[in-house]
Amino acid sequence: MSIKVRVPTPLQKVTGGKPEVEAEGANIKEAIENLEKNFPGIKERLYSEEGELRKFINIYVNEEDIRFLDSDKTALKDGDVVSIIPAIAGGLADHEGYLSGF
Amino acid sequence: MDFTEDQIYRYARHIILPEVGGVGQEKILKARVLLIGAGGLGSPIALYLAAAGVGKIGLLDFDVVDRSNLQRQILHTTKDIDRPKIESARDKLTSMNPDVEVVLHNTRLESSNAMELLGGYDIIVDGTDNFPTRYLVNDVCVLLGKTNVHGSIFRFEGQVTVFKTPDGPCYRCLYPEPPPPGMVPSCQEAGVLGVLPGVVGTLQATEVIKLIIGEGEPLIGKLLLYDALKTDFRKLNLRKDPKCPICGEKPTIKELIDYVEFCGMPGS
Repeated sequence: MSIKVRVPTPLQKVTGGKPEVEAEGANIKEAIENLEKNFPGIKERLYSEEGELRKFINIYVNEEDIRFLDSDKTALKDGDVVSIIPAIAGGLADHEGYLSGF
Repeated sequence: MDFTEDQIYRYARHIILPEVGGVGQEKILKARVLLIGAGGLGSPIALYLAAAGVGKIGLLDFDVVDRSNLQRQILHTTKDIDRPKIESARDKLTSMNPDVEVVLHNTRLESSNAMELLGGYDIIVDGTDNFPTRYLVNDVCVLLGKTNVHGSIFRFEGQVTVFKTPDGPCYRCLYPEPPPPGMVPSCQEAGVLGVLPGVVGTLQATEVIKLIIGEGEPLIGKLLLYDALKTDFRKLNLRKDPKCPICGEKPTIKELIDYVEFCGMPGS
């Protein structure tokens, strides 16, 4: 089973500059664990130290926000597209490092 | 309202559209729109709204034009360097269309002045560049029942949506919290493709006109993502969060807060 994951610019440092990567997993949590193996560091950017998904990053399965589905237990099926969408403020983007710089 | 002959001629290409017509053009001429930020996003928004004949355009910005702005902020020219952005903007807008009343707000938007400033307008266009102002604009719009046309950009990517409560979601439904301060190094410029705010701002201006004339489907409950490198447009669904602290079922935020403290960073 293969899931396509769209990676936003600030996270592409972790994926070696790739805007799109493949992941395996029956749900979001498994897919992120799977990504972590190939791209170490991605998990801590998506989850807080308390193990919760960060509130300034949303994860979508196809067109739907997983917060309104089953959070990180949202089931995935072959061909699903997962999008990671961080809050961006715009302009000079003086917050650039908030995902890539820590 | 009677159009002058000049107006009938100026707005002819609108008036012949069935979706706009004389009725829609009259709505545009009577509309009051506040642009927060007269920079990269504000430039195309202001120019198109002025060209369309939006009756009252408020410009809120306290910055002066810098040479490094000119790569994308098409309201300003080399001659405007060091002038206040809103004064430079006013000159362009009034020379483009004398029908438009341009109101200047040379100030930083803060909790103490935001309710009064935004209260005088029908539609608020958020083209700011920092999180404290985004949350402040959101909360004022929810509390006052104003429509917030939101656009943001990052390098080659843009996001556009329309926040319209009580029926649609607000910015807090989308992002309950800003990135924490530990992850926000200050004043680190990331760069932005100069034409990107042109695309995103023009989409925002389109939403404003649609909202004024009441035609089409505005981006309420939809987040439009634009990727300039891939030339990719996608729409995601935004849900109203029943637990939203300001527009949810049991709101806990009933008045404005300290947004700099909330975001843990200085406003810029």
